Amino acid sequence: MIQLQVIELSKTFQRRKVFENISFSLRDCDSLVITGPNGSGKTTLLRLLCGFIRPTSGQIIYSEQGHNLSWRQVRQRLGWVAAELVLYEELTAIENLNFFAKVRGLSHTTADSKRLLSMMALERCGNDPVASYSAGMKQRLKFAFALLPEPEILLLDEPSSNLDEEGRRLLDSIIEQQKQRGLLLVATNDPREVHYGETLLQLGAGDVSNNEQRFTF
Amino acid sequence: MNKDLRSELRTKYAINAIVMFAVITLAAISFTVGAFALAPQFQAALLWIVLFFSASSGLPRVFIKEEESKTVNALKLSSSPLGVFLGKLMFNLILLLILASIIVPLFIALMGVNIKGLALFVLIVVLGLLGLSGASTIVAAIVAKAATKGTLFAVLAFPILLPLLITTISATDYAMGGGTITGGFSHIQILVSYIGIMLTISILLFEFVWQE
Amino acid sequence: MLWKYLLGLWMAAVIAAAHLLPIPQVKGLGETARIIFFHVPVAWVALVAFTIAAINSIRFLHGRNMEFDYRSYAASQLGLFFCLLATITGSIWAKVTWGSFWNWDPRESSIFVLLLIYGAYFALRSAIEDESRRAALSAVYTIIAFVTVPFLVFVIPRVYFSLHPAPLVNVHGRLEMDIRMLLVFLASLFGFTMLLFWMYQLQLTITRQELKEE
Repeated sequence: MIQLQVIELSKTFQRRKVFENISFSLRDCDSLVITGPNGSGKTTLLRLLCGFIRPTSGQIIYSEQGHNLSWRQVRQRLGWVAAELVLYEELTAIENLNFFAKVRGLSHTTADSKRLLSMMALERCGNDPVASYSAGMKQRLKFAFALLPEPEILLLDEPSSNLDEEGRRLLDSIIEQQKQRGLLLVATNDPREVHYGETLLQLGAGDVSNNEQRFTF
Repeated sequence: MNKDLRSELRTKYAINAIVMFAVITLAAISFTVGAFALAPQFQAALLWIVLFFSASSGLPRVFIKEEESKTVNALKLSSSPLGVFLGKLMFNLILLLILASIIVPLFIALMGVNIKGLALFVLIVVLGLLGLSGASTIVAAIVAKAATKGTLFAVLAFPILLPLLITTISATDYAMGGGTITGGFSHIQILVSYIGIMLTISILLFEFVWQE
Repeated sequence: MLWKYLLGLWMAAVIAAAHLLPIPQVKGLGETARIIFFHVPVAWVALVAFTIAAINSIRFLHGRNMEFDYRSYAASQLGLFFCLLATITGSIWAKVTWGSFWNWDPRESSIFVLLLIYGAYFALRSAIEDESRRAALSAVYTIIAFVTVPFLVFVIPRVYFSLHPAPLVNVHGRLEMDIRMLLVFLASLFGFTMLLFWMYQLQLTITRQELKEE
């Protein structure tokens, strides 16, 4: 089971300090919800946790049974749902999933892609280019993408945006499943999503002085 | 490494731009120079200039497109830097080969070029393109992360490609004049070592460009 | 502190010697041969600066310590400065000796390319706002550019011979320097190198201030 330790993490872009001195640690099947107003750094934090950007100071340590994991190892077991669409719009959903699975080195067939799509209720549009999808469909596709490696770490950025009722129900079941499987982190503005996690991290408003509070339900 | 095929597949849609540019440039040159019979050195130089500038307009897009559509992040998450680099490299190479297979015959026809050492000529073109794509790919990656895309690529790429261009131009000139492969060996050596070194260095450094 | 004065004296001596020392009369050159005391060291220094920039680029990529980016940047600024000096002095000399400002002879071309590389470097730096990104990308570029330089040195003379059938003799290589000239030349070389290091320290301090304040 993967553990995550964040130690005094800060990030500054140019002169703008996004946040500083964030620390927390998660293990086994913990789940964390990150809230805060726009600009408080929720997405930045997630991106740091994915290893896309480097921290200005502080440490992010993923470990398993006492051994630290390299970013490569982490990324193989990490799924991420971004606020924007990060898949190729000119390709079809199936092509996208097949591509990313292949690039990740997973043994994955088109049948597997179809299965993922039907899990997200997208099986009928598997062969259409993603550009033709509605916002809600794109949102669901993001989940299919994130779930490709059956991730032990799942990072969700504003997951229920654009989702209809059925979509939300799907999201709920994904979250339940993830809590059984491993770590879950959710960044959100939406008060309804706050209950997804057992612990809460609240980021302050953009500027230098941060007020972070940790609540445990 | 599977990125190769996939990369092409999806960006076949964008190949038109680069071919159009090259054809237009060629037409422009042909109009202006038309009547004068140019010495082979100039023809050789022109050919590579056209190839270089067409490449400048087309190759950077490989990375810029990814940055724009944010797919960079999905890629960063899913694959290794090496895989991404090789994939892009292959794609650029194939793009250039397609470009050349259209341009070169056109060039020969329009400019009334006479090529006596055909084998060497083809070899030089292929090696030259290899070098071009090898160096350009990493420069494209660099440019994609910067703000002012357009001309920046040509500015950065030109000094680095200069040894390559100079060698290919003089080798092409030699080939046109009836050179043999053995005769052009020293040129080939230079090209091959350039390609080798540029590729090695690009592979080593790409990771630093890719990782923020 | 003291050594700055020593350097000043040294350079003064070099300059004096450069102008006063009787030099052997080489055909067609005459007094203009004196340029060798200034032009060549300056070009040399531009190359040294480039090397410093490249080495610091490597060190930066190794540990991501911004200090090395400052050094690289400072070195490049000086390199550009000396490169310009070299190009201009070379050009003036060319005009006086060969009659035209620019001839694309191998040395001229090489220094020109170095100028292009610096130009590209600064263009790149000005195109990126985020400082750590800028540092990383310019470091990568510097290293790549540095690697191509040996090729240039090798390739340009070849081209020169194949494209320009009427060789313009680069007399620098032909001069047999008599011992006194050689001494002054080496002294100048040394002096300019020291000058570079001194300016480098200064520039580095300035650069550190500038970049830190951003």
